[in-house]
Amino acid sequence: MDKLNMGKHISNKFNEELEAVRNRVLSMGGLVEQQLSDAITAIQTADVELAEKVLSNDHKVNKLEVQIDEECVHIIAKRQPAASDLRLVIAIIKTIADLERIGDEAERIAKVAKESFSNDQQQLLVSLENLGHQILTMLRKVLDAFARMDLDAAYEVHRQDEQADRQYEALTRQLMTYMMEDSRSIPKIMNVLWSARSLERMGDRCQNIAEYIIFFVKGKDVRHVSPESIERTVKGDKAP
Amino acid sequence: MISVSPNSASEKLDLANLTDEQRALEIKNLSLYYGEDRALHDISMSVPKHGVTAFIGPSGCGKSTLLRCINRMNDLVESCKVKGDILLHGKNIYDKGVDVAALRRRIGMVFQRPNPFPKSVYENVVYGLRLQGVKDRRVLDEAVERSLRGAALWDEVKDRLNASAFSLSGGQQQRLVIARSIAIEPEILLLDEPTSALDPISTLTIEELITDLKQKYTVVIVTHNMQQAARVSDQTAFLYMGQLIEYANTDTLFTTPMEKRTEDYITGRYG
Repeated sequence: MDKLNMGKHISNKFNEELEAVRNRVLSMGGLVEQQLSDAITAIQTADVELAEKVLSNDHKVNKLEVQIDEECVHIIAKRQPAASDLRLVIAIIKTIADLERIGDEAERIAKVAKESFSNDQQQLLVSLENLGHQILTMLRKVLDAFARMDLDAAYEVHRQDEQADRQYEALTRQLMTYMMEDSRSIPKIMNVLWSARSLERMGDRCQNIAEYIIFFVKGKDVRHVSPESIERTVKGDKAP
Repeated sequence: MISVSPNSASEKLDLANLTDEQRALEIKNLSLYYGEDRALHDISMSVPKHGVTAFIGPSGCGKSTLLRCINRMNDLVESCKVKGDILLHGKNIYDKGVDVAALRRRIGMVFQRPNPFPKSVYENVVYGLRLQGVKDRRVLDEAVERSLRGAALWDEVKDRLNASAFSLSGGQQQRLVIARSIAIEPEILLLDEPTSALDPISTLTIEELITDLKQKYTVVIVTHNMQQAARVSDQTAFLYMGQLIEYANTDTLFTTPMEKRTEDYITGRYG
C-alpha cells in the first residue's frame, strides 16, 4: 500500500476515483482467475455444466474491461495524472487488456471441456491440467503482486514463464507422438493442443502484467529487453 | 540535494554536462538573502540555449526570486543580498562594473499582469529602441512589424497601431509586452507567470507563441500551472523552500521524477 501512496492527494475525490478503479481491476482479476480455475476443473472432471458456466460468464469480464477503460479515460481527462499516477493509469489500461484476453483463452478451454474423451485419451488431459495449474498459480501471483504493486513478486512471475514455456513444449511433443500413433485421434488431440497453446499464451500475458508492475514501480519500460537488463532494473535500488 | 536525471533519448540534452555551445546561462552556487532570511540555497544549474526552461514549485519556493536574479531585478529590493555567480557567456552578471541597463537589454522580462505603457501600440513596441536613441522612422517601422509578428499580434493590430495599448484585450496586451521585449533583440526572455491573468484561449495563444519564440531566444518561464510547464518547456526545474530539488528534461520529470518531493508536488499530494 505504501508504494501506491494513493490516499494522499490533496483532492479526496481523486483518491476515491483511483481507489475505485484499482478495486475494479482487482475484482476483474478475481473473476478471470475464477474463470480459468473453473475451466481447468471442467476439463479435469469432464463437467459440461461448469464449462457452460465459464462460457456464459465471459461477458462479465468483457463488461468490466469496458467499464474500467471508461473510468481511466475520465481520470485522464479530468485529472491530468502525472508521474506515478499516470503510470498507474497506463498500467491499469494495459493490464485489463491482458486480463480480458486471458478470459477469452479460458473460454476456449471451457469449449474443449465440453467434448468427450475416451479413456486412453484421459492421459493427455492430465498433462494439460498440470500446465493449467502452473498457469493458474502464475495468474494468482501476478494479481497479488498487482494488488500490492510488489516488485519482487512481479519479477518472480516474470521468470516463471520460462518454466511454463518448457512445459508447453514438452506437452506439444507428447501430443505429436500420440497423433503419429493414432491418426483417428488427431481431431481430439488438436483440441488439446489448442488448449495447451491457450495456456501458454496466458503465461505470456501474466508476464506482460508483471512488466506493467515493474513499469509502475520503477518507471522503466522492460518490454522487449534482455533478462539481464530486467534484472538490473528490478535490483537497482533507485526508485524513480 | 539536487539530482539530475540521466537522459534516455539521445536527442535530449545532458543537463549536468552542457557544452559552452549549448549553454545560454550558468547559475553557480547562488544564494539569496532578504535581510536575515535565506530565500535561495546554493542553486547551481545550466540553462540551455534556444529552449524553454520552466521553474515550478509551490508559492514562496523561490522560483520568481530565482528568475529575477537572472536580470538583476532583485537589485531593486532593499536588504537583498546575492551570493554566487550567474554566468552569461562566461562572465558573472553580478561582477562590479556590469552595466545593469545593458544587461537588461540582453535579458528581457515579462510579468504576470500585462503592463503596457499608456501610449499607442506603436510607441509601446519602439519604446526600448527610442531609449537607445534610434530615430530613423524606417528602422522603427520595420522593428514594429517584426516584433509584432514575432509576438503573433501583427495581424490583429496592424490597422490600429496608433490606438492606445489599453484598447487591446488582456491576452493581446500581454503579447504586446512580449513584442516590446523582443523589439530590442534580447538573448534571453524571462517570463514570470505570463498567463496567470489570462483566459484559457489567450493562454494557449501565448503558449503557442512561447514555442515559436524559442527558435530565436532562450526562454525561462515561471509558472504555477504545472500542465503549462509540461506543455511548453523542454526542461523543468522544481524548487522547494529555496532549494533546487530536481532539474530534468520535462518529459522525464513529469513521468518518472527521481525525487519524492517532486513526485508529491506534480501529482498533487501533500508530502
